[in-house]
Amino acid sequence: MTRTYARRNLGSGFLFGLGLIAFLDEVMFHQLLGWHHFYDKSTTSVGLFSDGLFHAFSWFATVAALFLVADLRRRQTFWLMRWISGVLIGVGVFQLYDGLVQHKVFRLHQIRYEVDILPYDIIWNTSATLILCLGLVLFMKTNRRMEEE
Amino acid sequence: MNHSHTQMSGNSMEGIMMLFVLFLFVLYPLAAHWTSRRYQKWPMYRAVFWISGIFVGAVAVVGPLAEFAHHSFPGHMLGHLLLGMLAPLLLVCAKPMTLLLRTLSVPVARRVTRFLNSRPLRLLTNPATAALLNIGGLYLLYMTPLYPMMHESLALYVLIHLHVFGAGYLFTISMIYMDVTPHRFSYWYRAIVLVLALAGHKVLSKYIYAYPPGGVIRSEAEAGARLMYYGGDLVDLVLIIILCYHWYRATAPRSHLKKSQPI
Repeated sequence: MTRTYARRNLGSGFLFGLGLIAFLDEVMFHQLLGWHHFYDKSTTSVGLFSDGLFHAFSWFATVAALFLVADLRRRQTFWLMRWISGVLIGVGVFQLYDGLVQHKVFRLHQIRYEVDILPYDIIWNTSATLILCLGLVLFMKTNRRMEEE
Repeated sequence: MNHSHTQMSGNSMEGIMMLFVLFLFVLYPLAAHWTSRRYQKWPMYRAVFWISGIFVGAVAVVGPLAEFAHHSFPGHMLGHLLLGMLAPLLLVCAKPMTLLLRTLSVPVARRVTRFLNSRPLRLLTNPATAALLNIGGLYLLYMTPLYPMMHESLALYVLIHLHVFGAGYLFTISMIYMDVTPHRFSYWYRAIVLVLALAGHKVLSKYIYAYPPGGVIRSEAEAGARLMYYGGDLVDLVLIIILCYHWYRATAPRSHLKKSQPI
């Protein structure tokens, strides 16, 4: 496994993670639960811009990531563990960005309305941190394996 | 009096558009048939793309949906999605420029090619220019009094709808290279512009949600904005898949290369 392909596995996983979580966020919180709002009066214009850019990027990233997987597979260089570490890092980073910057700083929308928001924020951001840490642990494990080879 | 006058010129305008659409509708299959005798057979599915593209575009400008769009904002938005996004995509998949060059006599085809190769067209088909014309035009339409003005003036109405279609077509050919494409830009560049254009589209739809265009009531603006947001996603998804697929095919390792595909 050359370093180029290791990096590509990680990158593809990361892009897929971003896309996956943006999609789940849309399906679960916007459509099924209806907790998130399409637009919130306190949204700043920076928040609107950030949200648009992030969703557009994640839409592209999901597709591009899967084509990258197809490319890695036809070159027989797909490395599942490395890829999954990328996915988890992507999911964690996006959730943290969404939970801290978009919800709190840009006030795009809150996790849920008409409830005490604190426990939601804590669970949201703690779970994001845990996923990110899990991804980083896997990343370091695969790094070690690469050095052993 | 004045009203009936607008009505009449509106009807004759509709008639002209219908004739033009019918012309395009018939010309493509005819050209496909003629040239198939001299060259390789023109695939049937491309004619299907062409006919569906013309149909989708026509539905947006004439008939019941166009009528509905006059007094409903979500109806108007649906028309724009069809005219500015879906119809161009279907038409580009039909490779009309390739067919045109196949049909014309060699000297005329050369002249067309020279025109396609020209500098102004290079500027126009640059993804950034195309995206600016496409998305920028929408910002102009919905963030200025242009939208209510459009319903007052027939000329403005026709001009705006021509622009929506033209800019949508230009944007599509600047992103995916299905047809004859003399001026090519890298995958990276196109991907970045595509993401930015999609983001611009999303931001605008939320802006419309928050600040309805002149003369549009809030509930209609909200429904229209959602349609724009999610409908745009759907069509752009196809653009993204085609762009990525072209990258995938172009970067195939040697052992995976298939025989080159016929044009």
